[in-house]
Formats: sequence, C-alpha cells, structure tokens
Amino acid sequence: MTASDALLSVENLQIRVGPDGHLAVDDLSFTIAPGEIVALVGESGSGKTMAARAAIGLLPPPLQICGGAVRFQGRDLNTMQPEELRGIRGAKIGMVFQEPMVSLNPSLTIGEQMAEGMRLHTQYSDAQIRERSLKMLGHIGIADAERCLTSYPHQFSGGMRQRIMLASVMLLRPALLIADEPTTALDCLAQLDVLKLMLELTREEGTAILFISHDLSLVARYAHKVVVMREGKAVEQGTIDRILLAPQAEYTRQLLEALPRRGELVPLPPADGPLLEVDGVCIEHPGPRSFWGRTQYKRVVHSASLTIAPGETLALVGGSGSGKTTLGRAVVGLNTPCEGAIRFQGVDILKAANRNHRLQCQMIFQDPFSSLDPRMNIGEILAEPLRHEPNMSAEQRRERVARTLIDVGLGEQYVDRFPHQLSGGQRQRVAIGRALVRHPKLVIADEPISALDMTIQKQILELFERLQAQYGFACLFISHDLAAVERIAHRVAVMSQGKVVEMGPRNEIFDNPQHPYTRKLLAAASPLEKLEGGGYRIRPSPVPVML
Amino acid sequence: MNKPLPASAAEPGALALSAPIRASQPWRMPPLNALIGGFLLLLLLVVALLGLVWTPSDPLSLNLLARLQAPSAAHLLGTDEYGRDVLSRLMIGAHTSLWISILTVSMAIVAGTLIGLCAGFLRGWVDRCLMMINDALLAFPGILLALGLMAIIGPSLYGIVFALSLAYTPSVVRVVRGTVLSLREREFVEASRVIGNSELYTMLRHIAPNCIAPVCVLATSMFGWTILAESSLSFLGLGVPPPAATWGNMLAASRPYIATASWLGLFPGVCIALSLLAFNLSGDALRDRLDPRMRK
Repeated sequence: MTASDALLSVENLQIRVGPDGHLAVDDLSFTIAPGEIVALVGESGSGKTMAARAAIGLLPPPLQICGGAVRFQGRDLNTMQPEELRGIRGAKIGMVFQEPMVSLNPSLTIGEQMAEGMRLHTQYSDAQIRERSLKMLGHIGIADAERCLTSYPHQFSGGMRQRIMLASVMLLRPALLIADEPTTALDCLAQLDVLKLMLELTREEGTAILFISHDLSLVARYAHKVVVMREGKAVEQGTIDRILLAPQAEYTRQLLEALPRRGELVPLPPADGPLLEVDGVCIEHPGPRSFWGRTQYKRVVHSASLTIAPGETLALVGGSGSGKTTLGRAVVGLNTPCEGAIRFQGVDILKAANRNHRLQCQMIFQDPFSSLDPRMNIGEILAEPLRHEPNMSAEQRRERVARTLIDVGLGEQYVDRFPHQLSGGQRQRVAIGRALVRHPKLVIADEPISALDMTIQKQILELFERLQAQYGFACLFISHDLAAVERIAHRVAVMSQGKVVEMGPRNEIFDNPQHPYTRKLLAAASPLEKLEGGGYRIRPSPVPVML
Repeated sequence: MNKPLPASAAEPGALALSAPIRASQPWRMPPLNALIGGFLLLLLLVVALLGLVWTPSDPLSLNLLARLQAPSAAHLLGTDEYGRDVLSRLMIGAHTSLWISILTVSMAIVAGTLIGLCAGFLRGWVDRCLMMINDALLAFPGILLALGLMAIIGPSLYGIVFALSLAYTPSVVRVVRGTVLSLREREFVEASRVIGNSELYTMLRHIAPNCIAPVCVLATSMFGWTILAESSLSFLGLGVPPPAATWGNMLAASRPYIATASWLGLFPGVCIALSLLAFNLSGDALRDRLDPRMRK
C-alpha cells in the first residue's frame, strides 16, 4: 500500500516537549488503511498517546510537532487552518477516551451530548437528531432509549458510559476512530462488551481504528496491525500474527515474556488449622441520607465464607462491584460486617481489641500514587508500622527498615527519598515493604498490580512470590486480572454480586470452571500462551463461550 | 530468583533519580521569592521595633503651623492635617498594624484549622453541628460581624483582633474541612489505620501536614484582608481609637486631602502594599519549603 491510499499516514513524526525539550515521539511512521485496526502498544511514557493526539491536532501545549507529517486522506493536518481542523475532528476522526467516569459532562443529559456533534457537523433537524440518537441507543443495547436521552451520566455504570461515549462518537460515522485505552478502567466483562460493540459499530461503517493500549494480549484479539512503541520510538511493527509468532525486537519479546502464566507454587507448610476463617459475612454500605432521615443501607456482600491456610494465596476474583474489595477491607478491619464472623487464628477479630490481628494482618493498596503519604520520606513510611512493636530499639528499627528496603529490591539509599521521586513500580515496592516490615502472617493485596505497566507488573509479581517464599505469609489476593491470579494463587474464589459463587484449587477453576459466571470471566480473559516452537497464540477458552 | 535486583536496574525510567539525596548537599541560593519576601519582612520588623523606641519626632505632637507640608528635609515624608510627622506616625503605626494582623491571622488559622480538622475527620453529628454554626457565621459579611462585636466590646486593639479573627475563622474552617474530606479518602490514610495507628495520630501525622499548602495560601491573603478591614473599622470610628496611629486610619484620614496632599494617602498605601507583598512572597516560599515535592 502506498501512502496515498492510506486513510492516515504518519511519516517520520517527531514531537518535542517545548522547542528545545526532549523528544516525546521520535521518527514514528505508520499507516492506517480504511477499515483497518492498528494498535499502538507501549508502556506509560512511550509516547503512544501523544502520537495519537498529534493525529487529531490536540497536542497539549508544551508539546509540539517538530518534524515529519501526519496526513489524513492525503492532507497534512499540521499545516491545516484551525477551522479546517475543527471540521475534521468529530466528523472524520472521532476519539474515545480512557476514563468513562470523566469523559462525559456530568451536567448535561445523554441526549444533549449525543446531539452536540450532529448539530455541529451535520444538517439534521432536531427531530432527525433525536430519531438517530434513539436508534443508536437501541442499537447499543440500551433498553429504554427514550429515558436514556433525558438521563445524566452518573445514572450509568462505567461500561455503559463507555458504550454511550462510543455511540455518540460513531453517530457521525467518522472514517477513523481513535480509542485511547478505552477499556483500561473497566473490568474484564465490561471490557469485552465495549470492545465487541466497538468492532460491530466500526465494521458497519467501515471505520478504521487507531487503538492505543498497554495490553498486548487484549490487542492481539482485535488488531490487524501492531506498532510497538518504547520511549517515543517504534521498536517494531507488523501484522499481529507476525508479531505474536515471530517477534523481532528484544523489547517486544520482553513484553510478551511479561505476560503472566501459570507458575509453580510455593508448597504450603503443614498447618493444624486455617489462619483466617470468614464465616457467613454480610456487609452493608450506608446509602445517601437526608438531613434528619435515617440512613438507608445497601447490602454489598451476602453471607460470604472462605478460609485461608497459613502461607496460602487465595485469590478473590470478580467484576467491579462484586464486593471483593469490600470483603477484603472487612478482613483487615476497615469495614465492620453486620452479620457473620471473621476469625483470625481462631479468635474473632471483632471481639474487643484483637491486637494480634491488628499486628499480623496488613494490606497493600491498589494505587501506589495515593497510598504513600507525600510528606513522609521512605524511611519514615517504612518505620511507621514499627511504632507498634514496643520491644524494638531505634537501632533495630533502622536495621529492619534497611533490611526491608533491600528485600523489596530497593537499596538502603532510598531511605531519604520522597514518594514523588519514585516511579510507580518503585512506589509499589515501598507499599509492599510497608505491609511486610512487621513480618505479618496475612497480607491483603487489593489489585496490587493493576495500576502498573506490564513489565513492572511482572517484576512486582516475581517480587511478591520471592517474598512469600522468604517470609511465608498467607495472602488474600484481590484482583480482576485472571492472568496474574493464574500465576500466583493456590486457590481461587469467584465473587459475583456480593456472593462467593465458586471456590476451589487454581487448576480446577481454570481448567474446569463450574459456575456460569466463572465461565464468562474466563472466556473474557483468554490470555496469550507460549507455543512449543516459540511465538505465542491466544489460548482457546476451556469452555464454550456463551455471552 | 532469590537475589534481590537493584530496582534502578530493573526500572530504567528511574535511573535519573538514583543520585543520592542527602542532608549534606551544598548550600544553595534560596529562591527569589524567599529572598525578596524575607528581606521585606525583616525591614518591616526592624521599622516596627524601631518605632517603639525611637521616631524622628513625636508622632502625637500637633503643630498647626506646619499642617499638610510636602516632604522636606525636616519632615521626610511630609506632615498631616494636624502637622504631625507622617514618617513617625508610619513607624508607630507599623507596630500596631502588623501586631493586629499577625495576631488576627494566627488566631483565625489556629482556631479554623482545629475546627476544620475535627469537622472533617470526625464527620457525623460533630461535623453537622460545627458546619451549621460555621455556615451561619459565613453568611454574615465579615465586616458586619466585626462591627457588631466592636459595638459590644468597644473599640480597642484586642477587641479588633478578636472581632476580625472571629469573622475570618469560618473561611479557614471551610478550606481545611474540604481538604481533610478529600485527604481522608486517600489510601495512605487507610494504610495508617491498617498499620494500627489511632485516629488522633492519623489526623495529626498524615492529614494535618497535608493541609499546610491551602492554609498557607489562605493565611497570606488574610494578612491583606485584616489590614484593610482594620482601616475600614477605623474609618467607621470603631478601629483603634485616635490619636493612636495605624496605617489603616492614616489612609482613611487622608481621604479629604487626596487632591491637595497626595503623600498623605500614598505613603501608608505603599506601606500596606509592601507588607502584603512581603507576606505573600514569604508565605509562598514557606509553602514550597514545607512541601517535599518542591525541593529539588
């Protein structure tokens, strides 16, 4: 294909941060043919989002194009007048953003937001606009389209909002859709849903997609062509089959290697009883309340039961809103169940001042950017849990902090650093260190890797396994990432709508799932697997998919 | 597998940060705002203290023969409508004005921060009661509230301080409470609970220090408000009673002569402007200094 029949061609694109700043994108070239799906894959900071923003003329100010060209239907977007560009945006090139929670305006109704683009770019009358919006909403599976038009974004779930966003972009039948991590904020079922819809809508209109993602296994299922980016440069590009079967660049191989796969497990130590027993726990969240009125409670966990043996990793999986985080927080004492009992080493944690539980049960949080106090340095953060160890001298504390820093793969020199000076992966190492510094028996890890890049995820999982072998703590691993769960969990519990629907040893759950919800989850994940002769393929689902 | 990897090798993006950050770094030039702000603040302090012990001439002695004189060698900044030396009165006034604003701002900040922390952290009925009273106070214009109080306690320096700090506390409460509400949802606050720290410790160690930045900004702008509010109170006859000099009442008294003796209004105005600049610059510098993210 020559550059002239390409829909979008990016030629030797260079983007700089300011006139003399460093290059955010360096010598990037690729083309998209009409109807083709091209994926830009890379980790955070690889310049993939900036490259896509350049394609729609929306680079944030200090960044500017300083070389090369972006041609859309043969015309250079870089030299175009602002009015002309506005005519192309929306009408010819649509864009879907990552965060469905913030990309729709909360103070406008869905109907107004859907109509906005059509008023701008088409000659439709109000009645026509309404008719087309209704038709589209029906098409994307909204039951009561009439009511949806007058509803506000907050009345819909994240997945639903992303569908609506997609629908309103596709109403204008753009020739190119830029999707910037459109499903990263969604759980795997909603993810599948949104992507299927995206494919369906674009196929009807013959729209090409520029799909930006950090997730190679997700891209593998949908894209025709992949551009792998690192530090602003395209390290490799080609058809998806070629990239999966015979990756050329070292970095692509690293990315593929980083995908977690079923691993050997740390053997369990012999034990006479479970470390933790969750017995018929129900948890309620307070709902909205009026000034004088009584609080309405909403039950989010329905009589959940599970046990964890010493040294064992139990993974708690489920979609968003399934109550898995709520249950995890109850185990660590951040929520109080309204029914049932949680016993730690046989003693109810709700019984007055269960100090042993407080000391032995720690938590790792999801977001390393918000879980460390920005005003404390790493040494202070790690030493804080030791306040509650009365028999330690200052010298012992310092030693323990230094030891922990080395254990989590940072050096002693990090003691004086502040969280903002560390990368996301390093921060998560600090957060893990804080949870382990007191040598707890049980660690609750709430989506500990979902905010990190693929290669960092791999490192953190490896670290986690090593530390578990070293310290022998048990772990309640809360995650929606089935690939990671498959790698490290001894047993898996599946939650749906507040109930534990299935629980069993890892291999049994992954190879022979019983509950329909578990089957749906597994079908939605379908990770990449390594082939005998090198290369990768998408692993076929163990059960027939009925979605 | 058992050998710990150095993280800097594992994460290439972090290499740039691996230069050790130690206390033994060489002395660096403080930022420009700290320099200018600090210098102005020092100057103000020296003038205010000097005014207590020495002034070029008696700030209270009247000389009707020398009224409204332009700046000259005898009276460097001229004389006012009663022939009093403006420079001397500015020096005496510096003490009063600064004292009032420093006391008022400190009281409002301390009280507002405490109430805001309690309301935001304890939530529930404590929050509702505190905020109900707070919002009621906030609904009155600050100056009206101060006027009412002054009418009860009568014009005096500490009366002004009390009235103005009461008038300004509600806005501090609002700012602090809002910050606390957003901070308490952050995961590091939960992490502190999981560690086993008490609520009080979490509030003092993790939440209060993170409120510094907005409080600093508010405090610096409040210095300006108090100096101006004190002058409006003086103007209404409820400020520091004459013949004592404050920058505010000097500015207010200059109003009838603005066309003929412009220096009367100009010099107190310049003093107020410079002190506001001093507080703003040093407040910003303080905020940056206390924020580890701003340290290079």
